Amino acid sequence: MSAPVQSSIATRNLNLWYGSFQALINVTVDIKDGLITALIGPSGCGKTTLLRCFNRVNERYGYVTTTGEIKILGKNIYDPDVSLIELRKSVGMVFQRPNPLPISVYENVVFGLRIHSERSQLKRSLLDEAVETSLREVGLWEDLKDRLDTKATGLQLEQQQKLCIARLLPLKPRVILMDEPCSALDVEGTRAIEELMFGLKGRYTILIVTHNMAQARRASDECIFMLLGEMVEHARTEKLFLNPADPRTAEYIEGRYG
Amino acid sequence: MTPPDANVFSETPLVRRKRREEALAKWIFCAMSALMILPLVLIIGYLFERAWPSLSLGFLLEVPTRGMRAGGVWPAFVGTIYLVFLSLAVSAPIGILAAVYLNEYARDNWLNRLINLAVINLAGVPSIVHALFGLGAFVYAARFGYSIISASLTLAIMTLPVIIASTREALASVPRSFREACWNVGATRWQTIRSVVLPNAISGILTGVILQVSRAAGETAPIMFTGAVFFKAVQKGDLFPYSLHDQCMALSMHLYTLSTQVPDVQESIPFATAVVLLGSVLLVNAAAIALRVYLRSRKKW
Ligand SMILES: Nc1ncnc2c1ncn2[C@@H]1O[C@H](COP(=O)(O)OP(=O)(O)O)[C@@H](O)[C@H]1O
Ligand SMILES: [Mg+2]
Repeated sequence: MSAPVQSSIATRNLNLWYGSFQALINVTVDIKDGLITALIGPSGCGKTTLLRCFNRVNERYGYVTTTGEIKILGKNIYDPDVSLIELRKSVGMVFQRPNPLPISVYENVVFGLRIHSERSQLKRSLLDEAVETSLREVGLWEDLKDRLDTKATGLQLEQQQKLCIARLLPLKPRVILMDEPCSALDVEGTRAIEELMFGLKGRYTILIVTHNMAQARRASDECIFMLLGEMVEHARTEKLFLNPADPRTAEYIEGRYG
Repeated sequence: MTPPDANVFSETPLVRRKRREEALAKWIFCAMSALMILPLVLIIGYLFERAWPSLSLGFLLEVPTRGMRAGGVWPAFVGTIYLVFLSLAVSAPIGILAAVYLNEYARDNWLNRLINLAVINLAGVPSIVHALFGLGAFVYAARFGYSIISASLTLAIMTLPVIIASTREALASVPRSFREACWNVGATRWQTIRSVVLPNAISGILTGVILQVSRAAGETAPIMFTGAVFFKAVQKGDLFPYSLHDQCMALSMHLYTLSTQVPDVQESIPFATAVVLLGSVLLVNAAAIALRVYLRSRKKW
């Protein structure tokens, strides 16, 4: 099973309907392990929908039907023996607007650990260590190490978004999904999040939705272009931007429609 | 990279335990909400069973006879309608307008915070205290005497804060973006309120007002102190037996009298009175729900 570069997420003929409206049409894609993959396409083409399939959030709406197969780490996530709890532990999600919980920075970071471990395993030293490692990874440790008990909702937006990423890390996820994580941030914040992504690259599979093509170009290894619910093209980022195979991709990256 | 293994995402014992806890929690919450229906069913069932021998259309339309030991409840029924209608006719307009001011115009300054505090506290005042206030203010100070006016005004004061609170909630649920859209084309606040805010909040406002019907109809203390009497001679089926300065009978008061003051009452009569009271209130509430469903169905957001 362990080929050198294996796919971390693989879908086969994935279709999804909201009621009678089909939002994803025959999506077949292999997202490679340890890389940053950007998902681009005009607004309403189904990027968010696809992303939300990967941790099975869409099912929460009663009127959603899905057909096809999604394999994450080689396992079909719709198999009956898959535990939703364990799946979401391994597949973390970062949202458009930072959504730290209204509790302290410290508690935000260890929130996942508290939820996913027996109380007896949660030694203070273990939690402290998890907080330091996670905050260091996202570059918040130096800024926040003396303010760990301030309310997370009072931080700057950029720090909040970094914290939301740090919150995923103690659970050792394999996949991190990001839905336009920079659209609420300014230029500085955007750059900081991109650097952070580079830091995480290799250890996590990162799938990032963005409508900012420059960002996709700068920050991703591979790029997927979607249009009206279909996957049009999936290639190395340089290739997709310099030499797109599909004329629709070319038109989109030239800015003919957006 | 660790190779994928067949057991990723499969349940650990901890997950299994959490699932059991989850199922238990859900079951308890569900049981609690189901439990809520039980008293209602029991109350209604019990009332009807005990009231059965006296229940008839005649009971509603007859006047009480033989020192209230026989006959019906017509004077009390009409009296309750008078009181409820008059009190809400006073408190609804005042309450709604006040709520519009508080929600749409008032800035966050000390005066308005004081008003808010007053509204909240007024809502918590026990009805017997309202009764005393009504006695002092309307019966004596305003010289309305023991009368329908005094009783209705007392009930109005009692329902006012709740109407203000529920109306504010209805207004606050209208999205801010609707207002901004209006302001951006240069509409004044009043134009905005009239054309956008009120039409969208009306179902919530009406529901809040109509829910006060049951409170006004059910309270005994405020009207006993200010305008309700044990007995008043009235023609059977007379729709306008009282003038505003008369005292009147009322269902809640009648029920209290029958059960505590009059000896040897046939047992089913107080229960039948309760059925009439409960029935009219439920009827009004059902109408409110129907109205709300209708108004909501026209709302597209
Ligand atoms: N919860 C939902 N219910 C119904 N339709 C939805 C829902 N979410 C998204 N859609 C529709 O699905 C399509 C894809 O939406 P989305 O995945 O959010 O696009 P993107 O993120 O690429 O902008 C859109 O046409 C949108 O209107
Ligand atoms: Mg989206």
